[in-house]
Amino acid sequence: MNAVANQDQQTVRPQPIPHEREREFHVPPVNIVESNDHYIVEADLPGVAKEGLEITVEDNELTIIGRRTDFQEVPNAEVLYQESRPGDFRRVFELDPTIDTSKINAKMQQGVLTLTLPKAEKVKPRKISVTD
Amino acid sequence: MTLTRWHKPEHNWELSPFRGMTTLRDEIDTIFDRAFGQLLQPGHSPQLLAGWVPAVDLYEDKDALTVKCELPGMKKEDIDISLHEGFLTISGERKSEQKKKEGEVYRTERYEGRFSRSLALSSKVNHESINATYKDGVLTVVLPKAEDAKPKQIHVNVK
Repeated sequence: MNAVANQDQQTVRPQPIPHEREREFHVPPVNIVESNDHYIVEADLPGVAKEGLEITVEDNELTIIGRRTDFQEVPNAEVLYQESRPGDFRRVFELDPTIDTSKINAKMQQGVLTLTLPKAEKVKPRKISVTD
Repeated sequence: MTLTRWHKPEHNWELSPFRGMTTLRDEIDTIFDRAFGQLLQPGHSPQLLAGWVPAVDLYEDKDALTVKCELPGMKKEDIDISLHEGFLTISGERKSEQKKKEGEVYRTERYEGRFSRSLALSSKVNHESINATYKDGVLTVVLPKAEDAKPKQIHVNVK
């Protein structure tokens, strides 16, 4: 029963963002969904190519860094109006210990990063058949 | 001298039944600050009030106007670009994907649904040769200036 109760709290929990120190980074918006056998994390990283991604797992911490190699600038042009903000993206998540970090899969498509974080085999819900 | 039972001052805040309310009020204030405080800072679009407001940039050089728009995770077919009386409008819809419906949702910070942005163009543009590309979630629209809007150099003959 305990295991069930714990599951609610141990998710891919975003860390509080230290505002002062990391002002040069933007925090990308994410969606996080958990299913029986994996978590899916999606992050909006407009302007980041596959090459600009840096995803690291250290201990229980997953860090996503997205670098915009050629930020929106148009060479030799004057900026008339600008809402986008230069700077790279960064977000850190605390990982649920049930995640098998060796099997994390990342996909980048049109500025959206999709991470699939599979749970280790042993924690997947299992059906136990009763023998007579 | 009579001995009276000592009373704490009547308006002692510590004991006031409204003390809990102040804390509650503070908490609500904090929530609102967190949600809307950002809006007052430059560079933040009022997303909470208006849904999805993707960031738009406008550049100008001598030949063309260039508009860039951050639209991560769209399908090319779902982006509409139109030009009407000097206004460029970029609109579209980001559709939720089926896979989100299964499982337990922890966070949905990414915007979904319709958006529409309009920009007044400062120069006349050549409607025929507008070109749009969509790469890494950024839409780039290049609008070449109409011939009569380009700066012209006039030679002055000095006698």
